[in-house]
Amino acid sequence: MSPPDLAVQPADAGPATRRLVNDFSIQVATANGSGSQTANLVLLRSIFRMGVPVSGKNLFPSNIAGLPTWYTIRASHRGYIARKKEIDLLVAMNPETAREDVLALEPGAAVVFDEPLKLDALRQDLVFYPVPFDRLVAGACPDAKLRRLVRNMIYDGVLAKLLDIDLEEMRLALRRQLGKKPKALALNEAALDAGFRFAGESLPKRDPLGVERLDQTGGMILMEGNAAAALGCMMAGVTVVAWYPITPSSSLCETLIDYLRKYRMDPETGKATFAVVQAEDEIASLGMVIGAGWVGARAMTATAGPGISLMSEFTGLGYYVEVPAVIFDVQRVGPSTGLPTRTAQGDLSFVAGLSHGDTRHPMLLPSSIAECYGMAIEAFDLAEQLQTPVFVMLDLDLGMNTWMSPPLDYPGEPPKRGKRLTPEKLAEIGEWGRYRDLDGDGVPWRSLPLDGLPPYFARGSGHNERAQYSERPDDYVRNVDRLARKFETARALVPKPVVEEDPEARIGLVAFGTSHWAAGESRDQLATEAGVRASYLRLRAYPFTDELARFIDRHDRVYVVEQNRDAQMLGLMRLELSPERIAKLRSVRHYNGLPIDARSITDDVIAQEGGALS
Amino acid sequence: MSTPVPAPGKKVNRLGLDVQPYRGSKTTLCAGCGHNAISERLIDAFFEMGMDPAQVIKLSGIGCSSKSPAYFLGASHGFNAVHGRMPSVATGAVLGNRRLIAVGVTGDGDTGAIGIGQFVHLMRRNLPILYVIEDNGCYGLTKGQFSPTADLGSILKNGVVNELPPIDTCSLAILLGASFVARSFSGDKKQLLTILKAALSHRGTCLIDVLSPCVTFNDHDGSTKSYSYVKDHEEPLGDVSFVPFFEDITVEYDEGTTQTVRMHDGSTLLLHKLETDYDPTDKIRALTTLQEYGRRGEYATGIVYLEPDHEHFVDLLNLVDEPLAHLPLERVRPPRAALDEIMEGLR
Repeated sequence: MSPPDLAVQPADAGPATRRLVNDFSIQVATANGSGSQTANLVLLRSIFRMGVPVSGKNLFPSNIAGLPTWYTIRASHRGYIARKKEIDLLVAMNPETAREDVLALEPGAAVVFDEPLKLDALRQDLVFYPVPFDRLVAGACPDAKLRRLVRNMIYDGVLAKLLDIDLEEMRLALRRQLGKKPKALALNEAALDAGFRFAGESLPKRDPLGVERLDQTGGMILMEGNAAAALGCMMAGVTVVAWYPITPSSSLCETLIDYLRKYRMDPETGKATFAVVQAEDEIASLGMVIGAGWVGARAMTATAGPGISLMSEFTGLGYYVEVPAVIFDVQRVGPSTGLPTRTAQGDLSFVAGLSHGDTRHPMLLPSSIAECYGMAIEAFDLAEQLQTPVFVMLDLDLGMNTWMSPPLDYPGEPPKRGKRLTPEKLAEIGEWGRYRDLDGDGVPWRSLPLDGLPPYFARGSGHNERAQYSERPDDYVRNVDRLARKFETARALVPKPVVEEDPEARIGLVAFGTSHWAAGESRDQLATEAGVRASYLRLRAYPFTDELARFIDRHDRVYVVEQNRDAQMLGLMRLELSPERIAKLRSVRHYNGLPIDARSITDDVIAQEGGALS
Repeated sequence: MSTPVPAPGKKVNRLGLDVQPYRGSKTTLCAGCGHNAISERLIDAFFEMGMDPAQVIKLSGIGCSSKSPAYFLGASHGFNAVHGRMPSVATGAVLGNRRLIAVGVTGDGDTGAIGIGQFVHLMRRNLPILYVIEDNGCYGLTKGQFSPTADLGSILKNGVVNELPPIDTCSLAILLGASFVARSFSGDKKQLLTILKAALSHRGTCLIDVLSPCVTFNDHDGSTKSYSYVKDHEEPLGDVSFVPFFEDITVEYDEGTTQTVRMHDGSTLLLHKLETDYDPTDKIRALTTLQEYGRRGEYATGIVYLEPDHEHFVDLLNLVDEPLAHLPLERVRPPRAALDEIMEGLR
């Protein structure tokens, strides 16, 4: 794949004298494993530190070294941080994709490239900046063996000059990245300076792009969603973690392990207040989580689609024996192995009813770093309050890419541990039954091993209110009806959607997760480019709450935006909405493995609106 | 409610409990099923060792064997999991609360077929658990198909001959790191009880493969798991006796023919050698012996392998002494300063 997206926009008039300040996207094309990550993060952070909103997205292959990788940085003074479809500046470092990458650009785009690739012969309508990387790196790094590692830092220096990025911010960002390795730091600084000097001497500015200081990122952080979710788990007081490595979820557990080792060793004994097991597969991971949840520990696992498939059996058990469990699904493209390093929102309908038989599971739908963190904490509360597996649905884009965020807040409340039987409660109710609905909310009271209260026998086979084996029709029906009632209780507990109502809008957009960022930008495009005003509802959880139905009622047509082929979220809505409301739903889908962009939504909505209006 | 006082003369254990809380509900397995005998021995072992039922968790997978935790230790929590996956649930439970004493009951299909993946990894981790395989070489609940422990050449009731070699769970367990490995026979009351009691004094994975004939589907001529075949081909590696740490008994023995092993909890295991100079702490010898007996169509029974001080999984993970499930908030939620430090690193 080279063309990150084939062009769809009408071309601009070519190189212009206008200036495009703080509103562009850069794409760096390298080979996987060539050490470009440091250079890309330094570039991202230096723009961020200049107060300009940014986002960084890594488009990488399922491979350790050698295959093409693209890193996209978007700077936007308007705060747009979704992927931008059009590339304004390409850094072409990978001979394998350079030609295709250049051919895919919009007229007027700029290209920084490795001089021997002679890309400037390919097109006349671009701005080319040839850079002799080998010569520059040789000067900056005397040791030939190390040159490969610092070569990429040269383009940071070149871009600092071309885009007017404060070189001092780059040096600071580099120090932050490599501060603990003085030798590597010195070599990288030399390469950075060499690129900067070269651009100043040999590359007259001919493109309109530039960075100017703003004050829109003060106090903010840059973080990956997986790390934020990991931090949430630690703050929620997780004690048992069982996992099996799988892209794109591995960094969630790996970061959690780092945090736990740093902050959760008992200061007096030096022993761990947590257990982490790298299990033999995803089946065992969830089995361990359920075992730990059964005895009262807060336990979690993280996985992606193929792992979710394997976890379906234990999810059904967790639902039926009513044990808390927290499962993070960092979604990637399926089915089967699919595209392991590409993003999707493709597990929704599967997870909602994961397992055979009648089952329903709550899903939380974070769209930001703050929600990855906050919903991780909330998931542990919900799992214990509802005594059931709860899923937190990230995706690769949110989990593995770098996002701006306000700093994360310290949890204000103690954990909610749900209905645990106590001697007082037992005395009050007299005869206890593990699965008896005393409160009418479908959630029974549970005892735990070694709590001194009556034991029970948890079983995945049919059981009555006292947890005894039963095949009686009335016992079965009473039990599963209570579980359905419990799911209604979940509806009242899950986070409500965020609604931005436009009183004059005839249409509404519904989005969730990472689609949120593109949806917000698309709303602005619809208004400014087509005069179409749209209200907006951002889902934050499944099951749906009343707000969704009311939102649909207030609009003529509602576009459900999602990143899968089959309109899965819309499908879940169909299961419970009235025919009148279903008739108002429209679908906007994006499923090529790349993060969704605003342009795709806008074009699709306008096309459908055209049909609706005519 | 008043605490029931045992009737005078009723036998009580060191906790002052009679056998009642160690019993379970009425079995629903076939009359004469070997599994029922195993449940009886488990009741005896837990009672005689004076284990607190409140501290015990019983777990199982799916199958006839896996029904049996309902038939013993009614005063303990139980978990009947999914087919072949009991080891992972037990692992999570024991890590969640390290004070729990876990007993897992499984069958030869639950362990050797669908559950072989979780089985081998449980053995590798040497999780503290008493893991009992009720081994009858067939699937009872689905009416008698072969399981992976069926011996080569064994014949089903309908004449089908098993043409695949059996999985020897004991050999696998020894190879992979289990620290207490035994084989017994549901019909050998004394040996099985002694092994179970010894296992309860061990901290680590105790794998006990108990040959337990299926009286309904696998008890005919031509079956190598029938009652009569096992009875005729069970060859004890020696006589085993066991002195629990809380019993003040001095046993006289001949050092030439008896080996003593001090167990984790201070109990003493006495292995009276018969004709061989079998040493159950010798891993290679244990594996060779299992193979030699197997080649002759015999079952070597007794404690096959024992490594009393092998580090178990809970210690390996360096867990705090208190159960993780019950740690107070201040021990599991780092202070505000920790979050501030992390945020500072991300600016």
